[in-house]
Amino acid sequence: MLDAPTPGRKLVEVSDLKMYFPITAGIFRRRVGDVKAVDNVSFDIYEGETLGLVGESGCGKSTCGRVILRLYEPTAGTIRIAGRDIAAAPQDELRRLRPTMQMVFQDPQASLNPRMTVAAIIGEPIDEHARLDKAARLARIYELMDQVGLNRNFANRYPHEFSGGQRQRIGIARALALNPKFIVCDEPIAALDVSIQAQVVNLLEELQDRLGLTYLFISHDLSMVRHIADRVAVMYLGQIAELGPRDALYAEPLHPYTQALLSAVPEPDPVVEATRRRVILTGDVPSPANPPKGCNFSTRCPKVMAICREVEPAFREIVPGRFAACHLHSDTDSNTTAGQTAAPEAPRSTQQGE
Amino acid sequence: MPDGAQPVLDVKGLKTVFLTRGGEVHAVNSVSFDLRQGELLGVVGESGSGKSVTMMSLIGLLPSPPADVRAGAVLFGGEDLLKCSADHLRDVRGADIGFIFQDPMTSLNPVFKVGFQIMEPLRRHMGLGKAQARTRARELLELVGIPDAGRRLDDYPHQFSGGMRQRVMIAIALACDPKVLIADEPTTALDVTIQAQIIELVKELRQKLGMAIVWITHDLGVIAGIADRVMVMYGGQIVEQAPVGELFANPRHPYTRALLGTVPALRGPREAKLNVIEGQPPILTAAPAACAFRDRCAHAFARCSAENPARRPVVAGHDVACFWDPETGAADA
Repeated sequence: MLDAPTPGRKLVEVSDLKMYFPITAGIFRRRVGDVKAVDNVSFDIYEGETLGLVGESGCGKSTCGRVILRLYEPTAGTIRIAGRDIAAAPQDELRRLRPTMQMVFQDPQASLNPRMTVAAIIGEPIDEHARLDKAARLARIYELMDQVGLNRNFANRYPHEFSGGQRQRIGIARALALNPKFIVCDEPIAALDVSIQAQVVNLLEELQDRLGLTYLFISHDLSMVRHIADRVAVMYLGQIAELGPRDALYAEPLHPYTQALLSAVPEPDPVVEATRRRVILTGDVPSPANPPKGCNFSTRCPKVMAICREVEPAFREIVPGRFAACHLHSDTDSNTTAGQTAAPEAPRSTQQGE
Repeated sequence: MPDGAQPVLDVKGLKTVFLTRGGEVHAVNSVSFDLRQGELLGVVGESGSGKSVTMMSLIGLLPSPPADVRAGAVLFGGEDLLKCSADHLRDVRGADIGFIFQDPMTSLNPVFKVGFQIMEPLRRHMGLGKAQARTRARELLELVGIPDAGRRLDDYPHQFSGGMRQRVMIAIALACDPKVLIADEPTTALDVTIQAQIIELVKELRQKLGMAIVWITHDLGVIAGIADRVMVMYGGQIVEQAPVGELFANPRHPYTRALLGTVPALRGPREAKLNVIEGQPPILTAAPAACAFRDRCAHAFARCSAENPARRPVVAGHDVACFWDPETGAADA
């Protein structure tokens, strides 16, 4: 695994990506607005690394993962995977590019066809994209089942005969069938029990080492992302608030939202919990159909300034390799520097601690 | 936690079986515990470990059939809740034992205004008139931190966000000043920042109102921050029980130890590989004759397959259902 500053080649380059879903009204379905699910998102993923994409529900992280594979038609922006522009590729070319980029879905119950056997599910991408004779196809299916730790005697069983963790293994085997380079893992462990989550995460890491895979790992579980990701992007209301190498981001978050998010995660240690000071955010996430003026986070930010309600902060490199979209770190505003923002005192936050 | 306080709720040998087409499922197997005045008891376990079914059986919330509460006693306020009539149980549920469910969207009725739903228990159980009930409902919404409470009473559940809906659920559960509040995964469906809000709210309400709380969750982090005492459930049984500090500092049961090891840390050294509990949770088709965890246990020996370990005390307030001794690594008597 690679640690930042990450060397290597960029495999995925996303720039100014926008995904707006139209809101329509009236009998003529007139377009009256947009849900800005992904709004001006830019990031790169290096070959062989795992980029963690975290955020709360509704922040656009899943939409972002899907639009990168062009499961939605992006509104604007470019997506380059291994040098090819995915956003602009015509359908027939896109189809030829599909084998290199795959996806593992959140809910293995919903993403596996209940009427297909495991062998048929794993074999389907092979039938679509590769020409293998019957024996070679079966051998490949068995190989994939071995790779993800499924018993090959179960190849003719149906998904409902498996537990949640095993079903997720079927989903992973299907994603691996065409030797992809890049896999989007969309909350692959959210539906699983704690003891099973660890099994699936270890499997994903093993496969990455063995096959040299590159992951976009979407999750709301910050401690799991810390474990699996090399670099982490934090999304809020359709935009990336902060992006940086894992250790630096967790040790000293730059953006007030990252700080609040990290401080909200309960830790399994009563001693730590008893002495911890939490930044409790007030209120709820605003609607992506009507994001606040200026900074997206200005309505809940404990460190909000006058400028935040007027001007949208640029997403820029604060320290080499670390990006954030926050006025606290802009050069024009000299009262706060990157080092000081870790200090918790702030006027609007509710500070807790016993 | 006040030691030696009287238990408000005393559960003895509770057994719940589901009758399904595939045969019996023994979801809760001889579960005994008590809940003391003013304490917060955390119940941890994976899905299917029987934690929710235990709590729902003891206040008669499971439909029968398929559920069948076979044995046990639930002593609350000097009576056995398993023996009293359905009508009386309904009174107890609304007035003395409050319940908060996991998903605030499905547990609120979408066609009634929130105010009506808070006033319902007040009018039924406390005999308040309409105007009084409305005043009290507004106070309750203010208590759980909903701004502009008077106006929000006339809103429908869909007009509230997830966190706000859970606050409404808490207001309903607290409406009649219950002695016991049972919260079944109250923050699981919420985002972390909203979860932090709800946890702070419950901590605050607990100090203000002093009721005893049972908090069911699978999240060890939540438990560490909020509970006084923790019960760990596995395979429909309580496998370990201890005060929160003791449990996290000296976990005894191999399952508890493994569970603590599978959660990645948010700070400190990062583990190269996550610890894994191999295998799957058991399918409970019969009452357990052996330790339910033996197939996944790293320390199992012959006796674990022959006999179901009973809970035995290790230090004051800490008991465990396991033959293995983590200090000597040998089987205990």
